[in-house]
Amino acid sequence: MMDGDIRQNTYDDGSHDAGSGEQKIRNFNINFGPQHPAAHGVLRMVLELDGEIVERADPHIGLLHRGTEKLMENRTYLQNLPYLDRLDYVAPMNQEHAWCLAIERLAGVEIPRRASLIRVLYSEIGRVLNHLLNVTTGAMDVGALTPPLWGFEEREKLMIFYERACGARLHSAYFRPGGVHQDLPPDLIDDIETWADAFPKVLDDIHYLLSDNRIFKQRTVDIGVITEQEALDWGFSGVMVRGSGMAWDLRRSQPYECYDEFDFQIPVGTNGDCYDRYMVRMQEMAEATKIIKQCIAKLREPENQGDVLARGKLTPPKRKDMKTSMEALIHHFKLYTEGFKLPEGEVYACVEAPKGEFGVYLYSDGTNKPYRAKLRAPGYLHLQAMDHMAKGHQLADVSALIATMDIVFGEVDR
Amino acid sequence: MSEALQELAAHIEMKRPNDVLSSELAYGELTLRVTSAGIVDFVEFLKTDGTSNFSTLVDITAVDHPSREQRFDVVYHFLSMYQNQRIRVVAALREEETIPSIVSVHPSAGWFEREVFDMFGIIFSGHPDLRRLLTDYGFRGHPLRKDFPATGYTEVRYDEELKRVVYEPVSLVQEYRQFDNLSPWEGAKYILPGDEKGA
Repeated sequence: MMDGDIRQNTYDDGSHDAGSGEQKIRNFNINFGPQHPAAHGVLRMVLELDGEIVERADPHIGLLHRGTEKLMENRTYLQNLPYLDRLDYVAPMNQEHAWCLAIERLAGVEIPRRASLIRVLYSEIGRVLNHLLNVTTGAMDVGALTPPLWGFEEREKLMIFYERACGARLHSAYFRPGGVHQDLPPDLIDDIETWADAFPKVLDDIHYLLSDNRIFKQRTVDIGVITEQEALDWGFSGVMVRGSGMAWDLRRSQPYECYDEFDFQIPVGTNGDCYDRYMVRMQEMAEATKIIKQCIAKLREPENQGDVLARGKLTPPKRKDMKTSMEALIHHFKLYTEGFKLPEGEVYACVEAPKGEFGVYLYSDGTNKPYRAKLRAPGYLHLQAMDHMAKGHQLADVSALIATMDIVFGEVDR
Repeated sequence: MSEALQELAAHIEMKRPNDVLSSELAYGELTLRVTSAGIVDFVEFLKTDGTSNFSTLVDITAVDHPSREQRFDVVYHFLSMYQNQRIRVVAALREEETIPSIVSVHPSAGWFEREVFDMFGIIFSGHPDLRRLLTDYGFRGHPLRKDFPATGYTEVRYDEELKRVVYEPVSLVQEYRQFDNLSPWEGAKYILPGDEKGA
């Protein structure tokens, strides 16, 4: 008998290994991460395994904790905006959106119509960016290499749209309290339209690669099944509830910005497994493309031209005014040193980020800095349910589960 | 929307007069201030009561007010997907007080309460696994308290001789500068040099 072998083997002649009574079967603990390609960042997970079956999963998070909320208490509202980009760095503008909405609700500012349309346009681009990354790297986690190569090609095009709007590919700081930083040039709108016309073909290609693929289905169908009640108990949001059959989407149920005037469907799954969530994400990309096209049509209408910032205390004056008006110059100086003040009070503003409900709880004491800002990330709750979901699954399914939860550590650790 | 929230507030106050201290409707959001001791029953009521049905826990956090006698506000956010309503529940707490954990009602409260414990040092009694969550292993202090400096107390670096990461007290090349840019003409709490003569 091999040393350390806990099995009792039987042999052809009928004899078998003698047991000494000291050999006991015990569960095996392994560290998943912190540097694991399928962990989607720095996740350390202590897994207790019985053979290959996961008995207990204990995620240790915080390896990317940067103390964002503490830093935010020491900076003005405008200085805090770029921190929101650094949470979910896969779809940065959607986070900025929640921050701007919270400030605008406290200040009681209406943003111009054109800014609202641009925000919707870029939020949907962010949704496609996120789902492209999630679907294709999720496929890579279960063994397919081609999808990420195809998906990242499209992501690159979208990043260039980000860059042409605000100058940065990732950390855009484009949505500002009171509107968006700058208007879009007309040729950028044309190029986004060209892309939106061509993108459904790319989606079809990815469908062709994955949706009927036998290996992909073996790894995702009936893996990580979430019922409606479980989704409520664990506080899931976004695709994680829609995959379980609940048509819950903040864009539809609690419309913010001008989402109520757009025509789009909310895809839902039926079984609540990884495959359904994959399908929901694919379908959401198609719906997002529809919204992008409607946005472009609206942006071209003559009544939707004009300023993209609600001129007032929250936003800088026009450059031209600064050259001629003393008040405008003083206002510009005060805005970028002292910043603007918000009235006392507390608000919770949330958006349907690609990963789920992203919320900002803002507690203002009437000064130029937030007294307390809490960032509510969807991935935090999804990862929390890891122990619940992984129990009874194979070790190899854990990477499929992390992929389907759509975890990005920027937002989980903050 | 606000009428529905007003009705909801009246309904909850009528049903749970001992728990609810006050209710407020501001910026289109309903805030209920409740007693900390009865929080578990109250959350259970919110979850099961037919008119409210707040089945999803959205968030738990805290706000630190060092000057108040009840130093901490523990803030809960709930969502009802069925009624399409949100509610905020606030429980005030003195520094040495503990608050009952609501993990038995909402399993998703687990990490939120761990995070609040980690960041503020508020102890949730009855929590099954109240460990630190976001900070380093062996971290001391509670970073989101207002008396914790933004620079922290320790820093880490890799030591080439010891061949491991070492912890050292923070040494700043330049003193951490916190500019108070608030206009001295409106809202500032201090007197400008020279102004005391006029007072």
